[in-house]
Amino acid sequence: MFTTVTLSLLEGFLGTLKLFVLTLVFSLPLGLVISFGSMSKNPVLRLPVRFIIWVVRGTPLMLQLLVIFYGPGIFLGNNLWGSGATGRFTAALVAFVFNYACYFSEIFRGGIQSIPKGQHEAAAVLGLTKSQAFFKIILLQVVKRIVPPISNEVITLVKDTSLARVIAFYEIIWEGERFIKSSGIIWPLFYTGVFYLVFSGLLTLLFGFIEKKLDFFK
Amino acid sequence: MQLELQNIKKSYGESDNRIEVLKDINLSVEKGEFVVLLGPSGSGKSTLLNIIGGIDNADSGKIIIRGKSMSDMDDKSLTNYRREHLGYIFQMYNLIPNLTVRENIEVGAYLSKNPLDIDEIMGVLGLAEHQNKIPSQLSGGQQQRCAIGRAIVKNPDILLCDEPTGALDYKTSKEILSLIEEVNQKYGNTVIMVTHNDAIKNMADFVVKLRDGVIRKSYRNEAKQKAEELDW
Repeated sequence: MFTTVTLSLLEGFLGTLKLFVLTLVFSLPLGLVISFGSMSKNPVLRLPVRFIIWVVRGTPLMLQLLVIFYGPGIFLGNNLWGSGATGRFTAALVAFVFNYACYFSEIFRGGIQSIPKGQHEAAAVLGLTKSQAFFKIILLQVVKRIVPPISNEVITLVKDTSLARVIAFYEIIWEGERFIKSSGIIWPLFYTGVFYLVFSGLLTLLFGFIEKKLDFFK
Repeated sequence: MQLELQNIKKSYGESDNRIEVLKDINLSVEKGEFVVLLGPSGSGKSTLLNIIGGIDNADSGKIIIRGKSMSDMDDKSLTNYRREHLGYIFQMYNLIPNLTVRENIEVGAYLSKNPLDIDEIMGVLGLAEHQNKIPSQLSGGQQQRCAIGRAIVKNPDILLCDEPTGALDYKTSKEILSLIEEVNQKYGNTVIMVTHNDAIKNMADFVVKLRDGVIRKSYRNEAKQKAEELDW
């Protein structure tokens, strides 16, 4: 029984992992773009972006999942996502990417604004353009500073993926819960915690390694 | 004429809080001259230097460098202008923290069309043995030498120095001043140095005294001293 449960939880964990990895792949760059918007000197850009960040950070992710999944069907009369598992996954991914990009954008903004003005000035007088200065000089210093808060969000994301079951996205908790109905046992559900723990343990090691790698400069 | 400033004005803030930092500055600097801009804090000297360096914009007036007006330049030609003609040394060095001494200087060389020899410069600056260290492993004086190296490797026409010894002790300050003097003589770059240290005016060819955004006095220094003879 233990092997059966483990195998099927592993299968569920694959869904979790897929959502986790793809969310990071898209939300990190999107977060950087959003952070530029929220730092823009032009209020026509800055204010709407700040408003969106407020809404996204100010409402539960579970609610956002429901709105994004059911919203198009209800308000536009067109179910954007289709009915199958792929549709549910896409909707969940969009909700997660958007939510996490907003959180990441604030971390990026804090990191970028913490770099001394002198670094920008030095780059400018050396004759670097603004984008060269940002990507070649500023960004690595930003990355070094934001590794700890980013690791926080990333570890939260591992566990937040379980929220996707409200739109019937197939992941590890869903799989664990199934055994209550099918076999009348609850321990597989509790057992899912071990998967989360092991995975976030690995992530902790990874972030520790990255921090150490970037430790060569101050 | 290497550099000419005409009727430069600059103010910060709005209406009631408006502060005029520079009130109608006129100045011309010859090629190869060592100019010291002297003034107390708040006199507008750093703002003036930043305007020359293109980090800050004047509200009105003209900056003419080698016959070209800076106000006619767009962002791209301004970047090119800085890349080709300017070196800048800051009070707080502003080195790139993740690069070694050598790499920091290489950044300057990389951006220049006709850079000087990096090894020669590191030799002149006494940095050869530290070339593989990163800035946080260096003393303040060593960091400033590296910053000088990064600025002069481009062989800039104009070397702008904003309180380059402001964060350094007496002995190190004099070493740094001697190096800037040596660079000025050896490579013939025009040097414009901002300072509040009165003694430094003695090493200049041309002294400009600023107070409250106005040039109070400017004169050619006939009794030029060597940096190592300065005392304060």
